[in-house]
Amino acid sequence: MAPIIKKLISVTPSHLRSCIRSVTYMPRPGSHGTKSVTPITQPGTPLPVTLIPGDGIGPLVTGAVEQVISAMQAPVTFEKFEVHGNMNKIPDDVMDSIRRNKVCLKGGLITPIGGGVNSLNIALRKELDLFVSLVNCFNLPGLPTRHDKVDIVVIRENTEGEYSGLEHEVVPGVIESLKVITKFCSERIAKYAFEYAHLNDRKTVTAVHKANIMKLADGLFLESCREIAKKYPDINYNEIIVDNCCMQLVSKPEQFDVMVTPNLYGNLVANTAAGIAGGTGVMPGGNVGTEFAIFEQGASAGNVGKPKMVEKKRANPIALLLSSAMMLRHLQLPDFADRLETAVKRVIYEGKYRTKDLGGSSTTQEVTDAVISALQ
Amino acid sequence: MAKRTLPILKQLLHRQSPPISTPTRSVTYMPRPGDGAPRSVTLIPGDGIGPLVTGAVEQVMDAMHAPIYFEKFDVHGDMKTIPTEVLESIRKNKVCLKGGLNTPMGGGVSSLNVQLRKELDLYASLVNCFNLPGLPTRHENVDIVVIRENTEGEYAGLEHEVVPGVVESLKVITKFCSERIAKYAFEYAYLNNRKTVTAVHKANIMKLADGLFLESCREIASKYPSIKYNEIIVDNCCMQLVSKPEQFDVMVTPNLYGNLVANTAAGIAGGTGVMPGGNVGADHAVFEQGASAGNVGKQKIVDRKTANPVALLLSSAMMLRHLQFPSFADRLENSVKRVILEGKYRTKDLGGTSTTQEVVDAVIANLE
Repeated sequence: MAPIIKKLISVTPSHLRSCIRSVTYMPRPGSHGTKSVTPITQPGTPLPVTLIPGDGIGPLVTGAVEQVISAMQAPVTFEKFEVHGNMNKIPDDVMDSIRRNKVCLKGGLITPIGGGVNSLNIALRKELDLFVSLVNCFNLPGLPTRHDKVDIVVIRENTEGEYSGLEHEVVPGVIESLKVITKFCSERIAKYAFEYAHLNDRKTVTAVHKANIMKLADGLFLESCREIAKKYPDINYNEIIVDNCCMQLVSKPEQFDVMVTPNLYGNLVANTAAGIAGGTGVMPGGNVGTEFAIFEQGASAGNVGKPKMVEKKRANPIALLLSSAMMLRHLQLPDFADRLETAVKRVIYEGKYRTKDLGGSSTTQEVTDAVISALQ
Repeated sequence: MAKRTLPILKQLLHRQSPPISTPTRSVTYMPRPGDGAPRSVTLIPGDGIGPLVTGAVEQVMDAMHAPIYFEKFDVHGDMKTIPTEVLESIRKNKVCLKGGLNTPMGGGVSSLNVQLRKELDLYASLVNCFNLPGLPTRHENVDIVVIRENTEGEYAGLEHEVVPGVVESLKVITKFCSERIAKYAFEYAYLNNRKTVTAVHKANIMKLADGLFLESCREIASKYPSIKYNEIIVDNCCMQLVSKPEQFDVMVTPNLYGNLVANTAAGIAGGTGVMPGGNVGADHAVFEQGASAGNVGKQKIVDRKTANPVALLLSSAMMLRHLQFPSFADRLENSVKRVILEGKYRTKDLGGTSTTQEVVDAVIANLE
């Protein structure tokens, strides 16, 4: 009798059960369609995943993921590669590995400011045509923030827009930077956003734009969104100008559900949404294309952590742990994903082991150990 | 004895000491003879809530007997260009107060707001976002001034369709414009005793364009060694704004980022209904609501006349200082702040239920 009652009392509290969590599945584009999507590998064999530790806090947080994955004995093996932000381009063996494995987990790569070297993060996304960047910003139970009831998914076009990298000096002292918007890219990002909303039972998709000023460019983006919206009549569709959107995000974030945006606005909106819901240390996210997927910290706020954080080993591993849970679901291992997420959420809820950005004083290793011991 | 003490006691108990200490200095500004001559100011009511809130300003100016008179012009967002008579009036008066102009979405008509700024070369847009005492918000200790380049950048309006389905939009950054906005930002900080200037950029991705902006800022910063200068990438900036806004002081940004940063900062400090701001150039100045969030209010607000006049009232106080009537500006600001602090008359966006007219009456009643 006593052991049964003990078990009943120690069962996972309902608010931590993953089934209440609304975002669990980041589909590959086209998985909604009629043709079947080829599975990643044969069932039963350990799945290889490319791992890029990266710069700054990258090695610290990817190390945390490796520990947790091996503690869970998940059938995943990592192929580690050293890539640093100051390389000229991504090494060929890394690209081959990602093309072969189709899934990658990475820390951040430092992008030098100014100068002539392109960002390797962007080069990777363009090479593999990862046209969707997805960030899920939500309040974690037990983590106090100024804003409640936040559950926003920002879907951001990842390949064109302001980040095309096409700049030139017309005459000395005058620089032109090109922002390119194409119907093809706008259509596929809108399609993905509605597909995502449909598959994850989301009610509203909001397009973020500045078409009152950039009439042709953002006007084209809006047209594509409207066309796709017609095909999903049971999903609410509305549009909001980006500056009003920023203001609404900080005053009434509960009105937003899924947001689809071009490249630059998506970056700012995702970081603002991450900030209001707990910080970039806890938001999961990833980049997905028709064939490949790369999982990383959701909104990295354009940095890889201060050197002080790296030395004291106080980086927050939560974001990458939740992203690796998304990766496990992508690899069709939902049970492991649920266990990982539940453990992470319990650690946050209990509040004993939190890194500095969440108001605590733990190191990365302490949080990792807490997650491992919370695994069932 | 007892008969007299009761009313005296009552009076002592009920006397409201002003919560905001009015300055007791008697001479703040020694005018030159003739400074009291009434100045003319161009007034553009605009669309949507514009006429409502500019009407509020007119009433308050009247009640204060401020030495200004308004030349009103009707301009609407769907006109093709600003009428020449309006531009001439602004060129003559050098100061203008305006409500918002509705910008149609898509299509071929340029925004008249942007056109006005380019015509008059109002290259600095300034928004002051700060916590108003008595108005509860989620963020405390906010006092940010966003200085935004107003003429170039992403708002150049140069777009074209290369082939069907592919649109290119040009973002132009020039050394000339970046230098003058940086100069203005440091000048502002110096004259207003501000400690830090932060440049907001995305130079890790847009290396040449924002790199040029940063270079200009750094050059000007070296001429003001007493003011701290730092830089922040715009996405990190958005995140810091919502988690630790007290770290920011003066922020200087190119056009698009400035729009978003200003609206975010306005949102955290109380909303776009209370933040004052204006556009200033070498010769002219146009004062309007600080961060208008790209709209002129919903139709419902216009119908029910519940628009918030506080932002435009505070902007008109800035205008009075620009015209060198600081005493009137102080009276106006103190009155507005007292109304907000008392909290009895607040429009819907601040959590109350008053109409525009009730707030205006309260402000007029609080003028000393």
